[in-house]
Amino acid sequence: MNEVEAPLRGESIQTPWTQEGSSRIPAAVYTDRDIYERELSRIFYGRHWSYVGLEVEVPEPGCFKRTSIGERSVIMIRNRKGEVNVLENRCAHRAMRFCQERTGKVKTLVCPYHQWNYNYDGKLLGVPFKNGVKGQGGMPEDFALEDHGLNKLAVSVRNGVVFASFDHDVESFEDYLGPDILRYFDRTFDGRKLVLHGYSRQRIPGNWKLMMENIKDPYHPGLLHTWFVTFGLWRADNKSELWMDDKGRHAAMVSRRSETVDKDVTQGVTSFRENMKLNDMRLLDIVHEPWWGSPTVCMTTLFPSVILQQQVNSLSTRQIIPVGPDKFDFVWTHFGFEDDDEAMVERRMRQANLFGPAGFVSADDGEVIEFSQEGFEQDGDFSTMCELGGRDVENTDHMVTETLIRGMYRYWREVMEL
Amino acid sequence: MITDTNLRLEVIDLFARYVACLDSGNYDAWPDFFTQDCHYRVVPRENYDAGLPLSTLSLHGVPMLRDRLYGVESTLFHAPYYQRHIIGPTLIKEQGDDGLLTETNYLVVRTKRDMPSEIFNTGRYVDRIVITPQGLRFAEKACVFDSELIPNSLIYPI
Ligand code: FES
Ligand SMILES: [Fe+2]
Repeated sequence: MNEVEAPLRGESIQTPWTQEGSSRIPAAVYTDRDIYERELSRIFYGRHWSYVGLEVEVPEPGCFKRTSIGERSVIMIRNRKGEVNVLENRCAHRAMRFCQERTGKVKTLVCPYHQWNYNYDGKLLGVPFKNGVKGQGGMPEDFALEDHGLNKLAVSVRNGVVFASFDHDVESFEDYLGPDILRYFDRTFDGRKLVLHGYSRQRIPGNWKLMMENIKDPYHPGLLHTWFVTFGLWRADNKSELWMDDKGRHAAMVSRRSETVDKDVTQGVTSFRENMKLNDMRLLDIVHEPWWGSPTVCMTTLFPSVILQQQVNSLSTRQIIPVGPDKFDFVWTHFGFEDDDEAMVERRMRQANLFGPAGFVSADDGEVIEFSQEGFEQDGDFSTMCELGGRDVENTDHMVTETLIRGMYRYWREVMEL
Repeated sequence: MITDTNLRLEVIDLFARYVACLDSGNYDAWPDFFTQDCHYRVVPRENYDAGLPLSTLSLHGVPMLRDRLYGVESTLFHAPYYQRHIIGPTLIKEQGDDGLLTETNYLVVRTKRDMPSEIFNTGRYVDRIVITPQGLRFAEKACVFDSELIPNSLIYPI
């Protein structure tokens, strides 16, 4: 555990779980402040890798981007050797969150309060009046610059994507993902140079895990999202596979778009519109890219902080930043590849209309999360019923199951000891 | 400064009718304010200022605007809300052969059912307005918003 966490807070939490297994999730898991504090310390600040950004966001030495892991502010910055560091945005003097710009390029990191000055590796370079003024004052004899650097996180960079951990004893990023999930990570991020296309930011009034659940839930897209059903982008008859790491915390939902419609899966589905036609088909101008192989969609959840999206030609990372038990910030970073031609960039941008806070198929995910949270708040004794496809946790070759959600909560119960 | 008073009055009228259309929920009439091959965008200021191509919404041409409306009314599940647009005076930056380049500050207040009103989105319209036989139309409209976080979702046009 991290040394500066309030050690006793929430130590005596009673488990809200009334049953074995992970198919009935109690409301308190989404609403309770003590449980949330334990999540921050054990999950976000514990032995897990959290998403920080893309390497291309800090192209040169001195370029930085500020973001958060859990509720702690961190700075991703490139050093003179070209490596990416992740430093906690908290002055070693009196704690100030000194970095307020979101991105930029600096010569050194300076805390304006008393001008303590750090290099790109977080080392303290100097402090004003260290030896006093005219023989008076100054730091004590035993003051050593090297004892007062910025908190430096463990960092892993894989094919242009940057992850960090507050706990230096964390396993390697590759072991953390496990071979199956790593395969899908590498499918998109195979070492090609990435190009940044921009950001979308939304604040969703729901517990952060509800977003993980949403992308571990292949049950809803073919029902809630008319676009997905009608145009075959995501439908129960699509050939698909669900993969998890052996702990069940990460997952990949992989699927292939259908050109034809199986009556079974559209009968009675009110969101299916047989006659729906677009006035402008450019919104769905899909061009197959060689690196896809046969899947047209791959949604990867990397516990606890990021979702990796490939939905046909639209690519993004979606970062989860919790701000209390009942809300989180959701930051979308869209990207493409260096060898995309102009038409492909335009296509990715046009398909981006489907995603993000206004997206044809994503805006309503935020809405359902908000209303789920309201349901949990209104009755603390409620437990969800998460048993589509049984009560177990297993990889499947179909999507009529909530197994991935059960996988996440099986792991959650272990690490939370609840 | 553009001294053609009639043109100024027409611009004022265009914006007054545009926001009245949205605030009354008369979305079917929304595409009528645009040229056939218009470009309508809603874009975070950080992307706009950095020259990054991603928009929150980016719609090309009236048919795509109509697809958006169909999405809003028939395919997107969302909580209903009222919008109220407060706009500032339009700055006409340039008048050239391809129309008027203008900027107009806006503030959108959202009111959900059973809830107090709240500031939803604020920024400026960066527009290119052209003169057509039917009157002034938007050839380009970029809603460049300062708001750092969209409060959950953005459904209706702004
Ligand atoms: S708090 Fe940063 S220098 Fe004093
Ligand atoms: Fe969804």
